[in-house]
Amino acid sequence: MTELTNKSALELAAGLKSGEFSSVDVTQAHLDRISATEDDFNSFITVTDELALETAKAVDAKRSAGEDLHALAGVPVALKDLVVTEGTRTTAGSKMLENWVPPYESTVHNKVKAAGLPVLGKTNLDEFAMGSTTEHSAFGNTRNPWNLDHVPGGSSGGAAAALAGFQAPLSVGTDTGGSVRQPAAFTGTVGVKPTYGSISRFGIIAMASSLDQVGPMGRNVADAAALHELLAGHDPLDSTSLPDEVGGFLSAAQTSELKGKKLGVIKQLAGEGYQDGVRTAFTAALETAAAAGAEIVEVDCPSISYALDAYYLIMPSEVSSNLARYDGMRYGLRVEPESGPVTAETVMSATRAAGFGSEVKRRIILGTYALSAGYYDAYYGSAQKIRTLVQNDFAKAFAACDVLVSPTTPTTALKFGAEKAADPMALYLGDVATIPANLAGIPGLSLPAGLADGLPVGFQILAPAREDVKLYEVAGPLEAALESAGGRVLDTLAEGLNAK
Amino acid sequence: MTESSAITPEQVEYLASLSRIAMSDDELKSLAGDLSTILGNVARVNEVAGDDVPATSHPIPLTNVMRPDVVGETLSSEQALASAPAAEDDKFLVPQILGEE
Amino acid sequence: MKYEDAIKKYDPVIGIEVHVELGTATKMFDAAPNTFGGGPNTNVTPTSLGLPGSLPVVNEKGVEYAIKIGLALGCEIAETCRFARKNYFYPDVPKDFQTSQSDEPIAAEGQVEVELEDGTIVTVPVERAHMEEDAGKNTHVGGATGRIQGADHSLVDYNRAGVPLVEIVTHPITGTGERAAEVAAAYVRTLRDIFRALDVSEARMEQGNVRADVNVSLRESPEAPLGTRTETKNVNSFRSIERAVRFEIARQATLLEAGEKVVQETRHFHEETGETSSGRPKSDADDYRYFPEPDLVPLQPSREWVEELRASLPELPAQKRRRLLGEWKFSDLEMRDIVNAGLLEAIEDTVTAGAKPAAARKWWTGEVARLANQEDKHPTEIVTPAQVAGLVDLINEGKLNDKLAKDVLTGVVAGEGEPAEVMKARDLEIVEDTGALEAAVEEAIAANPDVVEKIKGGKMQAIGALMGPIMKATRGQADAGKAKDLILAKLGV
Repeated sequence: MTELTNKSALELAAGLKSGEFSSVDVTQAHLDRISATEDDFNSFITVTDELALETAKAVDAKRSAGEDLHALAGVPVALKDLVVTEGTRTTAGSKMLENWVPPYESTVHNKVKAAGLPVLGKTNLDEFAMGSTTEHSAFGNTRNPWNLDHVPGGSSGGAAAALAGFQAPLSVGTDTGGSVRQPAAFTGTVGVKPTYGSISRFGIIAMASSLDQVGPMGRNVADAAALHELLAGHDPLDSTSLPDEVGGFLSAAQTSELKGKKLGVIKQLAGEGYQDGVRTAFTAALETAAAAGAEIVEVDCPSISYALDAYYLIMPSEVSSNLARYDGMRYGLRVEPESGPVTAETVMSATRAAGFGSEVKRRIILGTYALSAGYYDAYYGSAQKIRTLVQNDFAKAFAACDVLVSPTTPTTALKFGAEKAADPMALYLGDVATIPANLAGIPGLSLPAGLADGLPVGFQILAPAREDVKLYEVAGPLEAALESAGGRVLDTLAEGLNAK
Repeated sequence: MTESSAITPEQVEYLASLSRIAMSDDELKSLAGDLSTILGNVARVNEVAGDDVPATSHPIPLTNVMRPDVVGETLSSEQALASAPAAEDDKFLVPQILGEE
Repeated sequence: MKYEDAIKKYDPVIGIEVHVELGTATKMFDAAPNTFGGGPNTNVTPTSLGLPGSLPVVNEKGVEYAIKIGLALGCEIAETCRFARKNYFYPDVPKDFQTSQSDEPIAAEGQVEVELEDGTIVTVPVERAHMEEDAGKNTHVGGATGRIQGADHSLVDYNRAGVPLVEIVTHPITGTGERAAEVAAAYVRTLRDIFRALDVSEARMEQGNVRADVNVSLRESPEAPLGTRTETKNVNSFRSIERAVRFEIARQATLLEAGEKVVQETRHFHEETGETSSGRPKSDADDYRYFPEPDLVPLQPSREWVEELRASLPELPAQKRRRLLGEWKFSDLEMRDIVNAGLLEAIEDTVTAGAKPAAARKWWTGEVARLANQEDKHPTEIVTPAQVAGLVDLINEGKLNDKLAKDVLTGVVAGEGEPAEVMKARDLEIVEDTGALEAAVEEAIAANPDVVEKIKGGKMQAIGALMGPIMKATRGQADAGKAKDLILAKLGV
């Protein structure tokens, strides 16, 4: 680790602006860090060192020429390998797309390029973003920098590990049921799931279209806020993109205070059945917030008890349809059957058998069942109604407070292989606190709130739809209060990594 | 879990063929078990919301999102076919198709 | 069993699904051009190819055209409608689902008045019209016939994938009896005419712009419940539709007569034999797992927009035919010939340009049609209504007679210019020199005393016998009317 890789994105931005160092210095430092640590972490599927340095050089040149640059210009970023990058292979963590080089550009990458952020590479993920451990990647496990025997969470596990491992100062993830917030919680970093539709999904490989949302990730709230401002905004190529003006996230994070803020603790997610250390850390964080002047109230969201059930019907249904296109006809893997006739149909079946991992297949089959004739109303239809109930509950709750809070996850990062022992439903329960926000489309943020048994605990904040700024109004001052009370969570890791 | 939500390997076989995934008997059996467990848990969604509750298909309600009928950028056939597993005469080559839609 | 016997014994019920490709500039859900031809896989975007991460955006013009079609069919335009995914695997379907509409179509419950050959009007009930996208095109290679069976592999071109379609589905059409086949064809023809009148599609059957699937079932009597139906797919000409329905009715009746059952299945029509053959049975493959398309948001066409479009609808073919029949005073048969020949517009424009309806009809269905036929073209491709009107004008002014006008028309078709120019250039104008005409008349009278006697005796049709020599003497340029007047004047009749 060097001084440069230890800096936050905004610190790097300031140093670049003042000429303290160049983007090439910063980018090279991170690339060096990646090569030194990838054997341990495996955060990346593809490292794009040449492209990153090329961008860094160009930004440095523009800066020397006195051109107006984006505030984050020259600060490197890592993209989850679900974000389409023209000319750079984009795998979705699947064997199916192992060699797929997109002929077009995603809106997210376009924005990142236009702002002049060097892209360090494409980070590892559970296949097609399905999983919460990154064990379902076709490109190997990503390990949690806090403890290499533990998972980094998922599906944006590589994105989170790259941050926690000081390989990248900023990461772009995606969150369908908690895939940004949960790995952020597991790695002591900050992950944001914006309001549905606030960041374009054009060029984001779809998992479940009505739930997917791109999420900015950083090592602190202000960095995530700055990246959020860069990524958000209307995109005519995405029909679900919101027309809203966005902004003010960074200043909200930097200038707000907790005094007078009402934090609603969701009764159903207050920690019953959660790991002791998680509950303790969450309670301590609430006390810190209260000490800083926040008012803590309890709110009741009864429908949340059904959110997980609804999610595990809606998500696989959309997955089964979104992933149909991977059939070996137009791009990606094509596998011929070992025996029997070679027809379009048998090649499709053999390709999908070979190209998809077990979790993806499980969800496709589950979704196919839920949409199948005779079950639609009972399953998909009913689940969509629960969405309405969850939204209504949230609306009621937000009438009584500014933001809602809960632990991000019931446990800290699991050990590898833990999920194989459990039945699928027990594993899915890990998403219980993050899923409701995706169902309702509201924004959520996870920030570190201390450690439990040596691993980070995540504190989740939820805000009303289209009021993402409220996340930062609370997360910014809460982060400051927590740091002044117990120190920076990531500093503990940084010390450990330095000692190694 | 109720009996009615138990999924048989035969049902999984049908679903696998609908979703075009070749599966071994072991996979069918194991998935039948998984699906039974999951559905046994989630099936209660059916009992929660009454007829008066509208369905939410999109979390944030938008309507009438349309684009003007103006030609935009297209891919070249080289770009279109660059990732094709097989191609011939600027077209995607696919195995013989049995049965017609 | 023959069709004629079958329909005596059974009550046929038909249902028709018509797909029309809309003539928008771009595809339904992406900005790729919607054009016919072009190199394979060039009219494609990431969305047309269903590339990972690509997303659809609705073409406003496609919605406008769908609303216009809905209105023209007398449908209610939905206050809220949605797109839905129809999930099925097929190589020419890029996403392995078709974006369509399911239980919330844009237009529902209308009707179409269909006029049969003899002028009988049949009302066909329309269940719905909905928006969807077309698939790519497969070419089957390696097999002997180029058809699916026996092909080694297929080549797919996605230029057509995503082209906007409107599908129009009828309710069961009952009570047509022996005219079932005729009604089926006339219905599709009526829709074709409507699409053209609305200018929402080129609506060329031969190019596949309009495609029909025909459902047929039989029952013992109009009171009996509906029988098992078959669906004959992609029948692509009016004649084929009629033949396919006839064949299916006869085939099903034969089965029922023998005590066998009709299998619910899709069938294919064969142009060469006029027969249908079994496709695949209705089965698992029809479990399309429809659900609302999450990548598109609901459409709520404002009532203002709908009313604006309603007000902009052109006069529909059936209305127009009725109006023009009254104005032009043609016989039903003449009118039908005009419509069937696709000359209604041309004649209407010719009349607007100043010609009398009868003259316009005479020229378009006569000489113009004959010349066009020789070149294997449609009459409207060889001359314009203005040119025909010009020709008729010259005749009315006495500058041309019919024979000369035909020569002039040949010149116009050959691209020699407008009728008046051709007339001058080819020196065909009727002789205005009355001296020459008088001389010719006198000569003819002198040479034919017997004819003259007949005329004097009141047999006016005998004048015709003098016209031949007069025309010969004037090289055909004499005005027949003037010549006649002169003859009568000279003879003092």
